[in-house]
Amino acid sequence: MTTAPHPPNPEPAVEPAVEPEAHDDGPPPAGPLANLGAGLVTLALGVGGVAVSLALGVGTPAQPGSGMWPLVVSVGLVVLSLAQLVVGRAGGDGERFTRHSWMPLVGLATLLGLVALLPVIGFEIPSLLLSLVWMRFLGGESWRTSVVCSLGAVVALYVVFVAALGTNVPHLF
Amino acid sequence: MDNLQNVMAGFEVVLEPTNLLYCLVGVLIGMLIGVLPGLGPAATIAILLPLTYGIEPVTAIIMLAGIFYGAQYGGTITSVLLRLPGEASSVVTVLDGHALARQGKAGTALGIAAIGSFVGGTVAIVGLTFLAPVVASFALDFGPPEYAALALLGILLVSTIASGARVKALVAAVLGLLLATVGRDAFTGTERFTFGSLDLADGIDFVPVAMGLFGLGEILYNLEERHRAVHAPGKVTNVWPSRSDLRESSGAVTRGSVLGFFLGILPGGGATIASMAAYAAEKKRAKDPSRFGKGAIEGVAGPETANNAAATSSFIPLLTLGIPANATMALMFGALLIQGITPGPQLVDQHPELFWGVVNSMYVGNILLLIMSIPLVGVFVRILRVRAAILAPITALITMIGAYTINNSVFDVLLVVVFGAVGYLMKKFGFEPGPLVLAFVLGSLLEESVRRSLLLFGGDPAGFVTRPISAVLLALFVVVAVWPLVQSARRRRPAQAPTPDREEASV
Repeated sequence: MTTAPHPPNPEPAVEPAVEPEAHDDGPPPAGPLANLGAGLVTLALGVGGVAVSLALGVGTPAQPGSGMWPLVVSVGLVVLSLAQLVVGRAGGDGERFTRHSWMPLVGLATLLGLVALLPVIGFEIPSLLLSLVWMRFLGGESWRTSVVCSLGAVVALYVVFVAALGTNVPHLF
Repeated sequence: MDNLQNVMAGFEVVLEPTNLLYCLVGVLIGMLIGVLPGLGPAATIAILLPLTYGIEPVTAIIMLAGIFYGAQYGGTITSVLLRLPGEASSVVTVLDGHALARQGKAGTALGIAAIGSFVGGTVAIVGLTFLAPVVASFALDFGPPEYAALALLGILLVSTIASGARVKALVAAVLGLLLATVGRDAFTGTERFTFGSLDLADGIDFVPVAMGLFGLGEILYNLEERHRAVHAPGKVTNVWPSRSDLRESSGAVTRGSVLGFFLGILPGGGATIASMAAYAAEKKRAKDPSRFGKGAIEGVAGPETANNAAATSSFIPLLTLGIPANATMALMFGALLIQGITPGPQLVDQHPELFWGVVNSMYVGNILLLIMSIPLVGVFVRILRVRAAILAPITALITMIGAYTINNSVFDVLLVVVFGAVGYLMKKFGFEPGPLVLAFVLGSLLEESVRRSLLLFGGDPAGFVTRPISAVLLALFVVVAVWPLVQSARRRRPAQAPTPDREEASV
């Protein structure tokens, strides 16, 4: 009883220097759509840069205006973005977004919240809330651990930044 | 020899109690933050940059050098204990270092890494001491065109030797150049890309960008990646490597030092290339290469020595020419600028006590690292046992509040968040942050040099080619830019010949 014949694997040209388990990392590489998206974004930035530079006034090579260098750079950006759209059209760089990708988004939202509230009510309360969210919801810690560690963290931050270093961080207490 | 006097004067500066203390603090904090999983040396230095405000320039740089060494070693600790390389140059250490850890010999690996790092760093500093003034005196003849060409070459080298997609790295670099133009034009005073915002009128500060891209970006990225189980390390025993281990690694350490020193001077990923080259070299000359990957001590000693030597010698282009060789050096460059010091050939001449103070602080930082790393490993292991979920918000908050203290400005904190998001997205889409930061830091220097050169030549860009040094640099630029394209074209041609044995094998 023979199994269906299949073409044998060619001898690997280089002996893998790394054990297999060291490679269980990371999400799969991003696809062509990601390359297209990223390329279009940088292309748009380049085109915008060209527009603004021309508006600023380019001057002549003998007397460069304030827009000349940004124009050169923006044109470079446009050219390179186009090159990347072509060269990378098969995708394969970077990483795919995973089902856990909402976590950095939540983290980002909390950070923006901190920035908004910082000048209004000081750093203590926003930091506490951020820490609670990160530990409990993003990190999966228990309520008790999250509360205790968050309180501890805020106290430590106060001691270091306000009491010890005497910085001017807006603080409530 | 007048140089020797300066070297001695530099030692006097470093050995002042305040400076020693700051060096010690720097090494400690650098190790502490560098050991946190997911934060490499670049992120650590970026996050700790605000600490350097408000202290004397020499002291600040001494502390930064301490942070630099500490952070590098912190990355090694996570590589060995957690199989998480702190940065590209520690990737090779993971292979044998973690294998040793799993055999219960983590202490040996860490101890050898510390000793190797010390030897490599010291050799490199000695080399630096002799080589740097020579390079600096040669570069004193540099004018704006030479600087422009050199800056361009440096940016290109960092982008092409970067580990990701090359074109994307170049895109990142050009984005960095564009970001550097935001603000008031130095020559004409017009506001560029500020869109009416008062905060942007003074330009984008380097520190929030660095903290965001490297620090917060890593933290956000780790939020997503953290669900992959990171096993807490077991107890670390036998921290001092045995005599036989030392003997076995002595060859690797020597070879690593020399290799690392020369590869590090090369702009663009010196430390990474050095560690990989050292690993490959050790494996090739070993009598039993199959040991590698399973806990060969040379596999830790060689790369760790090489990457420390390279990291130190990569200071040479920074201190003598004012051109940062890689992203971490770009951070140092920015930090020096904050202190009002413009690194360049005139630094050795006009501020010898500063230059030699910096160089000599590296000796001291290296020694302190060696002394403190071995006893403190136990402490660090305990820190690593704290779950990442708890450390992450603390690190994030330190970054945010630290950013505020730069200029007492909420706008800076906002910048950190924005660039944190950018850093995360760049990672996801495969863009390297290093070239962006490097180009951003060099951007205004490059623009100024180009405009000055054009004024010098009366508008005729051919002037760049007629001056000998800038012509050579530009020629190198073209070679480096075109070489990879030539290589890939040549590689594709022989592959078109069919390989007959494949068809025969399928029976």
